[in-house]
Amino acid sequence: MWKFIIRRLLITFPQLVFLSVLVFIMAQMMPGDALTGLIDPTITAEALDLQRERLGLNNPWYIQYADWVSGLVQGDLGQSFRFKMDVTALISERVMNTILLSAVSLIFTYIIAIPLGIVSGRYNDSPLDSVITGYSYLGFATPIFIFALVMLWIFGFQLGWFPTSGSVAPGLESGTMEYYISKLYHALLPGLSIALISVVSTIQYLRSEIVDTKQKDFIVTARAKGASENRVYNKHIFRNSILPIAAFFGWEITSLISGTVFVESVFSYPGMGLLFLESIMQRDFSVVTSLVLLFGAASILGALLSDIILSIVDPRIRIK
Amino acid sequence: MSFLEVKDLQVYFPIKGGIFNRTVDYIKAVDGVSFELEQGKTYGLVGESGSGKSTTGRAIIGLEEVTSGQIFFEGKDITDKKAKNKNFRKDVQMIFQDPYSSLNPRKRVLDIVAEPLRNFEKLSKQEEKKRVQELLDIVNVSTDSIYKYPHEFSGGQRQRIGVARAIALKPKLIIADEPVSALDVSVQAQVLNFLQEIQKELNLTYLFISHDLGVVKHMCDNISIMYKGRYVEQGSTKDIFENPQHIYTKRLIAAIPDIDPKNRDKQFKFRQEVAKEYRESYDTYFDGDGLAFGLQSISNTHKVALPEKG
Amino acid sequence: MTNELLKIKNLTTSFRIGDEYYAAVDDVSLTLNKNEVLGIVGESGSGKSALAFSIMRLHTRAKIEGEISLNNRNIVEMSKSKLNKIRGDEMAMIFQDPLTALNPLMPIGRQIEETLFLHNKRLGQQGRKKRVIELINLVGIPRAERVYEQFPHELSGGMRQRIIIAIAIANDPELLIADEPTTALDVTIQAQILDLIRELKEKIHAGIILITHDLGVVAEMADRVAVMYAGQIVEIATVERLFENPLHPYTRSLLNSVPTEGQDRLHVIQGVVPSLKNLPRTGCRFAERIPWVDASYHEENPTLHEVESGHFVRCTCHKHFYFLDKKEEQENVVS
Repeated sequence: MWKFIIRRLLITFPQLVFLSVLVFIMAQMMPGDALTGLIDPTITAEALDLQRERLGLNNPWYIQYADWVSGLVQGDLGQSFRFKMDVTALISERVMNTILLSAVSLIFTYIIAIPLGIVSGRYNDSPLDSVITGYSYLGFATPIFIFALVMLWIFGFQLGWFPTSGSVAPGLESGTMEYYISKLYHALLPGLSIALISVVSTIQYLRSEIVDTKQKDFIVTARAKGASENRVYNKHIFRNSILPIAAFFGWEITSLISGTVFVESVFSYPGMGLLFLESIMQRDFSVVTSLVLLFGAASILGALLSDIILSIVDPRIRIK
Repeated sequence: MSFLEVKDLQVYFPIKGGIFNRTVDYIKAVDGVSFELEQGKTYGLVGESGSGKSTTGRAIIGLEEVTSGQIFFEGKDITDKKAKNKNFRKDVQMIFQDPYSSLNPRKRVLDIVAEPLRNFEKLSKQEEKKRVQELLDIVNVSTDSIYKYPHEFSGGQRQRIGVARAIALKPKLIIADEPVSALDVSVQAQVLNFLQEIQKELNLTYLFISHDLGVVKHMCDNISIMYKGRYVEQGSTKDIFENPQHIYTKRLIAAIPDIDPKNRDKQFKFRQEVAKEYRESYDTYFDGDGLAFGLQSISNTHKVALPEKG
Repeated sequence: MTNELLKIKNLTTSFRIGDEYYAAVDDVSLTLNKNEVLGIVGESGSGKSALAFSIMRLHTRAKIEGEISLNNRNIVEMSKSKLNKIRGDEMAMIFQDPLTALNPLMPIGRQIEETLFLHNKRLGQQGRKKRVIELINLVGIPRAERVYEQFPHELSGGMRQRIIIAIAIANDPELLIADEPTTALDVTIQAQILDLIRELKEKIHAGIILITHDLGVVAEMADRVAVMYAGQIVEIATVERLFENPLHPYTRSLLNSVPTEGQDRLHVIQGVVPSLKNLPRTGCRFAERIPWVDASYHEENPTLHEVESGHFVRCTCHKHFYFLDKKEEQENVVS
């Protein structure tokens, strides 16, 4: 197992490097450079050039890349021209919000998906399964931002059960109990909105795993031992079906990212997604590239996490 | 000049390991095998799973990379993949074990059987159809089924369609890898009879790879027994069955269930005796790595893997 | 009869294809005594495996009619919970494919333990483990403690088959059903497994139903043999009698298609085994495979006739059956 994990880590490294190169190229291709937004429009071309030279913007690309990466490693992602602050500081404020939102929606996803997937898989082709599968198709077909809007309108504005914007009620002191409860409260509705849509792939995945496992020979062996249907399901089918789901966990993170981008903007939830959309609108490129880098890194690490989980839970990989 | 000659054939598969997935060791699937085939005869290659029997067959036809050794077909060295020219690919054909998976399910029988013809001969549509019908006639599959798909046939019929494809180009050598293992007894009989018939008609040579000694005994003039990549014994069918020398051969023969229930106790005792002999004389027949020794001739036709004397 | 362990009466097992049910096992009746090995021989599609699964009631979607009495209790009408008390305890099964019949994610020890846990509550954790180690040793696997912790993929096919046997015999079953127990194995391993089953039979005194397509395996193992064709038993007799004096055309044809000493050509049965959907439901089911035997020689509704004590043959056509090939006929003279 350790060999597998180390080998997997070694693959991750070049993936991250490749991602950084891609993002770097993207940043280079964007109109303007780090100075464009900062400078006084009346400055002369010569002075500008001088500044460029001083900041290393005229250096060959590989030196620029090396500078950029060394900045990256030290946590320097450049300056946001809109907020006139370090991107790192700007993002770190939002990252915690998005992580909270993601965690909430992940928890909802599993709370909903596992029972529904089990019922759907165990009683496949029953009316109940048809209802669940029907919901899945609906979920696949519904764009998340429209669904989020509907949720916001019903539960936020009409029923008034949940706050309609922000990540925390204003005026609360950071660190107090009320503050954290308010944070969680703000994340509930957007988290649920993401979960209700993103849950469908997990349901269908679990369902097909269960239907598949049900027909395996070792299930017949279990029945022949005299195990009751419930025991067969709990000890053999469910356990063997949940394994790929556990591995799916890392990928779930990737799909969450796309979810948060839209849902945060619908709920005006100050996370990375909202920041990302706003920065694109405002052409705040240093923020955009930083966020793309972060999202990309999260996906790569998610995949890594999936494989590591799989290697831990599956004895066929673990014992080698 | 022999028809097919295999000289010290080795086929090694690398075992990957370590953090960088480098080759750390080799599985010696075929580890120094030599034999010669005469035209028109049937040669049995017997062994259990992992013995390297299939790999040997696949290496001859070019489906496995040869690690070292040489293969001559009609006097020409065809060891190298590039040396396996059009003629060779026409003259040597293979029949596979599983008639369910060796035929493309999306192709019609006509296309399956005609495929080698299309590769090697330029025939008009009419000629091609005629040839396919002739071939299906030979293998006893109804000729009006040329537009059907493989799933519409029974296992035996599918295997015969596989044979029709193999003989389409009038090959000289057919390598049959467990051709009847997936079939029921009565269907197996059909395919075996049929293989014998076309052998006479086309003067075919068979390399018949199987784990079933009963079938091999019925089909073959000559038998080789393989164990862990090496030959342990080689001889005429009579040599092998009436005068087995190597303990592994004896053990294989003893393992065949006797079809006469009256011999039950006799067979059971015999098997126990052989098992005892196997345990006691293991070191006489296998080297320190549990592998067979080199072959020594004990008669004109009969070779056994024994340690060199002296 | 006090010796009777299993009695099957008019068993019909049907599967649904489209809107209709088709019988894969059709009106089968047989008995099995204690300490007896009954071989059931047939080719694919004969219904022999469907019969085995019916006895264990392992079919999930099949209609089972008739009676299967194990120690005078009808399994067909038994409730699920009652059935689960018997399965794995009074009756157990050995499966065909050792590579798929074990849970890949569960350690070997736990898989054997499960059947002990289900049927022998008095045995504690320690007692169960002790018994599992004992069983692993019993089926001839060395280093039982180590194997206890291992996972299926770490063992060879032959070893895994031994584990499956260990699971089956864990609670000393009275009825043991072995469904093609050696088909997936190499010949030398097959011989070892057959020897093991034979030894165990002496130890646990179980009645065994051995299902196989291999006539050699039956000849070596069985006391009595039932031959199945197209869902029905066509012949049943003691093993000696069946091999010495086979009567039903199918049995005779089958015996002639196995390669044996001094045979030039193997016998080929005309036509193919009909699929479940296309089974002839009236008349002699084998008639279409022996068209040269006059139709009038078949019974309209063929039944099993007792031609000698304990030797039953279906239909009357066997009296008039001959092989088309004269030479084959000479080799197979009815004594």
